[in-house]
Amino acid sequence: MNIPIEYYLILSALMFIAGTIGVIIRRNAIVVFMCIELMLNSANLTLVTFSSYLGNAIGQVFVFFVMSVAAAEAAIGLAIIIMVFRNKLTVNIDEINLFKW
Amino acid sequence: MNIELIIFVVFSLIAVISTIMVVTRKNAIMSAVFLILNFFALAGLYLLLNAQFIAVVQIIVYAGAIMVLFLFVIMLLNQHNEPSSANNKRKIKTFGVIIAALIFVQIVYIIFYQVPSHNITPDKLKSVEIGKIGTIGNLLYTEYVLPFLVAGFLLLSATIGAIVLAKKKFE
Repeated sequence: MNIPIEYYLILSALMFIAGTIGVIIRRNAIVVFMCIELMLNSANLTLVTFSSYLGNAIGQVFVFFVMSVAAAEAAIGLAIIIMVFRNKLTVNIDEINLFKW
Repeated sequence: MNIELIIFVVFSLIAVISTIMVVTRKNAIMSAVFLILNFFALAGLYLLLNAQFIAVVQIIVYAGAIMVLFLFVIMLLNQHNEPSSANNKRKIKTFGVIIAALIFVQIVYIIFYQVPSHNITPDKLKSVEIGKIGTIGNLLYTEYVLPFLVAGFLLLSATIGAIVLAKKKFE
C-alpha cells in the first residue's frame, strides 16, 4: 500500500464538498437527495480508508450500518417527495413551502 | 510509478468528474446516471483498499437498489428540466461555493496539520484479512449484534413508513 493516506482523504473531501455545493444550489428535490447520497458516500470512503490503513475492522462494520441507514433514508425521502408532489405538483424546493405561514 | 497508484488515479478521476457532473447537469436522469458511475468508481477504490465485502455491497445496495428507486421516482415525477428560476439564484450560487470552499479549507487543514495521519504505517496483510466477509460477519454477530438488530428494525420501519406515506391520497 504505497499510496499515502492523504490522497484518499483529499478525494473524500472533494466529493463531500461537491455534495455540499449540490445541496445548496440545486432546486430539484430529487437531485438534492442524490447529493446527500454523495456526501454519505464520501464519509464511507473515509471510514474504509482508515479501517484499511489502521487495520481495524470496525470502520467497515460502521460503513455497513451507514449503508442501511442510507437505504432507509432514500426510501422514506422519496416517499415524502412523492407525497409532496401529489399535493403541490412540483418537486422544486423553492415552491415547496408547506410549513411557511 | 507503480500500478496501484495508476489504478488509484484512474478511479479517483472518474469519481471526481462524475461527482461534478452530478452537481452540474440540468437533467435529473443524467445526474442519476453519473451518480451510478460514481458508485462504481468508489467500489473500485474499496477494492484497492482491500475491502472486498464493502465493494460488493456498494454495487448491490447503492448501484442496484437505491439508484433503481431514484430512477423510478424520477420517471414518475420529473416531467421537465429544472427551471432556471429566481432572481436570487446567482446569490445562492456564490453563497454555496463560498461555504463549500471554507469547509474544504478546514478539512484540508485538519488532514495535513491537526491529525498526524502521515504517521500511519499501513499493514497490507492485516487489511486483506479484515476486508473479508468472515471478519465483518463475526463482528456483526458477536460484538455488534444489538446495532445490527436495530438496523434491521430501522429498515423494517422505513419500509412500512414508505408504504404508508406513498399510499394514502392526501386531500
